[in-house]
Amino acid sequence: MNDRVMPPADMPDTAAPLIGAGMQRVESALKVRGEARYAYEMDAATLGVMTEPLVGVMVLSTIARGRITAARTATAQAMPGVRLVMTADNAPAQAPWGPLVAKDRFARAQPVLRETDVHYYGEPVALVVADTLEEARAAAMAVDVRYDRLPHDVLLDAARATEPEFLNGFKPAKTEFGAFDTSYAGSEIRVEAIYETPHQNHAQMEPHATTAMWQGDTLILHTSAQNLVSIRNGIAATLQISPHRVRVISPYVGGGFGGKLPYFADAILAGLAARALGKPVKVGMTRPQMFSATTHRTATRQTLRIGADRSGRLRAISHDALSHCASFDNFVEDTTTITRGLYRADAIRTTAHLNHLDLPRSDSMRSPGDAVGMIGLECAMDEVAHATSIDPVELRLLNDTPDDLTARKPFSSRHLKECLEEGARRFEWAARNPLPGQTREGEWLIGMGMACAMRYNLLKPCQALAHLDVGGNLTVQLAMTDPGTGTQTILTQIAAAAMGLPPTQVHVEMGDTAYPPAPGSGGSFGAESAGSAVLRACENLRELLLRACVADERSPLHGLPQEQLHVGGGNIHAGNRHEALSALMERAFPYGVDAHGQIEADAASLKWSQASFGAHFVEVAVSAVTGETRVRRMLGVFACGRILNRRTARSQLLGGMVWGVSNALHEENAPDPRTGQFMAHDLANYHVSTHADMPEMDVVMIAEDEPVSNPLHIKGLGEVGICGAPAAIGNAIFNATGIRVRSFPITPDQLLPHLPAVTV
Amino acid sequence: MKPFSYARTSSLDAATREKTTGATLLAGGTNLLDLMKLQVMQPDRLADINRIDGLRDITTDDAGNTHVGALATNSDVAAHPTILRHYPVLAHAILAGASGQIRNMATTGGNLLQRTRCVAFYDTAASCNKRQPGTGCDAMGGGNRMNAIIGGSEHCIAVNPSDMAVALRLLDARVRTRRAGGATREIPMADFHLLPGATPQVETALQGDEMITTLILPPAPPGRHAYRKVRDRASYAFALVSVAAIMQASDGYMRTVRFALGGIAPRPWRIEAAEQVLTGQKVSLPALSHAADIALAGAQGHGDNDFKIPLARRTLIHVLSTLARETEDE
Repeated sequence: MNDRVMPPADMPDTAAPLIGAGMQRVESALKVRGEARYAYEMDAATLGVMTEPLVGVMVLSTIARGRITAARTATAQAMPGVRLVMTADNAPAQAPWGPLVAKDRFARAQPVLRETDVHYYGEPVALVVADTLEEARAAAMAVDVRYDRLPHDVLLDAARATEPEFLNGFKPAKTEFGAFDTSYAGSEIRVEAIYETPHQNHAQMEPHATTAMWQGDTLILHTSAQNLVSIRNGIAATLQISPHRVRVISPYVGGGFGGKLPYFADAILAGLAARALGKPVKVGMTRPQMFSATTHRTATRQTLRIGADRSGRLRAISHDALSHCASFDNFVEDTTTITRGLYRADAIRTTAHLNHLDLPRSDSMRSPGDAVGMIGLECAMDEVAHATSIDPVELRLLNDTPDDLTARKPFSSRHLKECLEEGARRFEWAARNPLPGQTREGEWLIGMGMACAMRYNLLKPCQALAHLDVGGNLTVQLAMTDPGTGTQTILTQIAAAAMGLPPTQVHVEMGDTAYPPAPGSGGSFGAESAGSAVLRACENLRELLLRACVADERSPLHGLPQEQLHVGGGNIHAGNRHEALSALMERAFPYGVDAHGQIEADAASLKWSQASFGAHFVEVAVSAVTGETRVRRMLGVFACGRILNRRTARSQLLGGMVWGVSNALHEENAPDPRTGQFMAHDLANYHVSTHADMPEMDVVMIAEDEPVSNPLHIKGLGEVGICGAPAAIGNAIFNATGIRVRSFPITPDQLLPHLPAVTV
Repeated sequence: MKPFSYARTSSLDAATREKTTGATLLAGGTNLLDLMKLQVMQPDRLADINRIDGLRDITTDDAGNTHVGALATNSDVAAHPTILRHYPVLAHAILAGASGQIRNMATTGGNLLQRTRCVAFYDTAASCNKRQPGTGCDAMGGGNRMNAIIGGSEHCIAVNPSDMAVALRLLDARVRTRRAGGATREIPMADFHLLPGATPQVETALQGDEMITTLILPPAPPGRHAYRKVRDRASYAFALVSVAAIMQASDGYMRTVRFALGGIAPRPWRIEAAEQVLTGQKVSLPALSHAADIALAGAQGHGDNDFKIPLARRTLIHVLSTLARETEDE
């Protein structure tokens, strides 16, 4: 494995040596030693209270739709250690669910046990609180809930779909560039294909969990969350108290992937039970509960129609996506987003359809929309390549575009061509046999495939506070989270670089709504939003220091023009004159100095389309006997602006590619139409890729400067690694076998009927 | 999890006495503890047998039989020089199962007694005749991709998930047991796991007071060994289909052939008659297909698992023909 990054040609002069270095995660030693406290690990000592938290265990519904007619709790209540059994019969008042349409959907009220209606299989219907986990679990099993069952509907069905107005993020559901019908009808080559992707679950390593306690009328929640300010507001709305009466603390998050953007029943129930019992209460989900009582990625059914001329010029692209949301929700997977801007064509049309189903809520999962949408688009492009006998890389190069046609804006930076060419060269793509099913090594059919990667870039409003103490230690605070991505590390680097301090003197404190508001981690916006706010805070702090320096007659730098001054190495210097930062601090700021920083997307930057790009190259071996697929080699080449930290950036991109293997070959969770429940509720049945499934992998980050999106010149890279990766594998399987599987994941049983006869 | 009592036992007598009074024996716990947490199994009492001396040994007697103690871990068995040298199919089968961490805990006896991973069996809200006799079988009507295509009944189509057991059946291993009072017997692997019939809750020939003490491996027949496990991912997945085989061939003729299949039936699936039609035959597609026909006679899919029938045939034919070719080269 390699991690190669070439420095941008035009590195801005604010760049300091620390930026770009592969600095180790600042919290890694704590995590390795088990000293990083996760939400469920809070105890009396760490909470600062006299007694250990009580333990709550949820009871989940065993029907998909209907009404609770009785919740018999007497047996459970009489069991050892039991303090409370909460059901809809005795749950405290809460706000109704919603509002359905909200600017910030994670800040909506989400009551639990407020009503007796059941909306999906595995919905919380009771909470049992006891002195110990074992007692609570035993009593939870003894709660006897009776139901009136109603018919449920858990399968995608185009015939009953509605047409939503908006996709996730209030993007329009329908877009139109050019005249699709005319262009498609006039195309020499027409490909029409339906691609299906399955429901998927996050199954983060750290289950959803909350430890709640009340201090007076303030609720303190230690929880596992990506997005603290939004959920603080949502929890306050649910409990009908002021947001200032809720403090959410989440310094360490054991994986989020979008599945901890919302808050869940653990947070509400822990808060309600802690109030009712006057003691701290922790509620964690079991692994099986996570498969229903949280959010998941919706299944999709995508119809692609692509028209091209024989030379490979795209004439028309249309992409329709059917997805589902819960019966009581309005989330629409933004499956067609990338189709709007990836290629040049005479006409591009995207549309959406939606089923409201009696399933748990669908919501964000790593690269929502694009992770699945690029399966349809990039596999259909492979079908066009095959139909036109044009090399798949060449086809992409032929239809590259500097402009986002649907958005009618130019891209601020787009080095897709460089990714494709660099990748093809390194992967020795030219050795691929364009005729499928021709390369065999004993039992194994060998093939190569590729796909593009793209993910739109987003900057969210963010604030940060920087405090320099007289000893030269910098503390930065913001309500940001680090779900394992390395955010705390890159913020440390940015602050250290901006202030000319060694990273050991920089302390980034986050994961607490007591700090300035931050957008949290999601949508690949974390690094640039939080990083830019931290940079601004440090720049403002630096400004205060320099201004004090030149204004002070006792400073050797007194009277110099401020723009000649620089900070670095613990000094402020200009030419060969300098003053120690410590001397200035003692004189001018004996109690330390604070500065605030904030960022939001400026209007000028919105004149550009901003996106990260990449290209995936894959070699697979497919057993001609059994249909088992083994990925042999995988290369991802990406252009994501400047790279803040080689080590954490590579991990993000590599992790996306790993998940791409899992998406292509393993992950799916189908609902059982009889009961309405997802059939897999543990990691034995919900397959994710294992180490043994991992091929030789390589990540290359090419030199790029992003000139408009943010002062750091970076673009999001937390999700682009997964985009297109499953399609590249599907395309490689086609090249290996000649079998085009359009329903993901591609499992042995799907290939089996089409494999050649076994020979002796 | 239901409250239970726990006792350590340090002798076979104590353990069988505990069993007589209804205790469940605890060895590696890799399956039992999971099932207890889910309340799929709800023993009132666990008798921990891990401290009983002498149950971890792997020895060879004068007659050439290898004795594997019931508490020998899967990892130890798979790495033992005698097993690697004389029973490579067993080592391969064990290493194809579970993960390194689980194999370090899981024992030989426990592996033989592990329960099915049928989704309905694991879901206490579902109907399962094995978990709750008489309630019905939810696997029959759907969600049965991993279930049996052969050997099941209308009451149960659960699969025995063990890889190790497939190799043991192939090797004609015998399970030595001990009952309260000290009586011992040897149960051939062929008779150890029972087909479900109308009583899917009864899975083995063990009596209420009987525990496994040793596994006896007779000398393996001559030939080359293979264990091929077909699965959805490269590791840590139960078999869709597996094939264990031993073959000796020369001059294009099969001299010794044994094979057994896993992942398709409530017990390791070996049909000796299917082996016999190959003995002395030329290696050919018709011969191997004929054997597959006999081995899989009566196989029936239940929807999601229909693919296992062609998959089992293809894998069997491929493994046998490959072995024949390889043994010719030796």
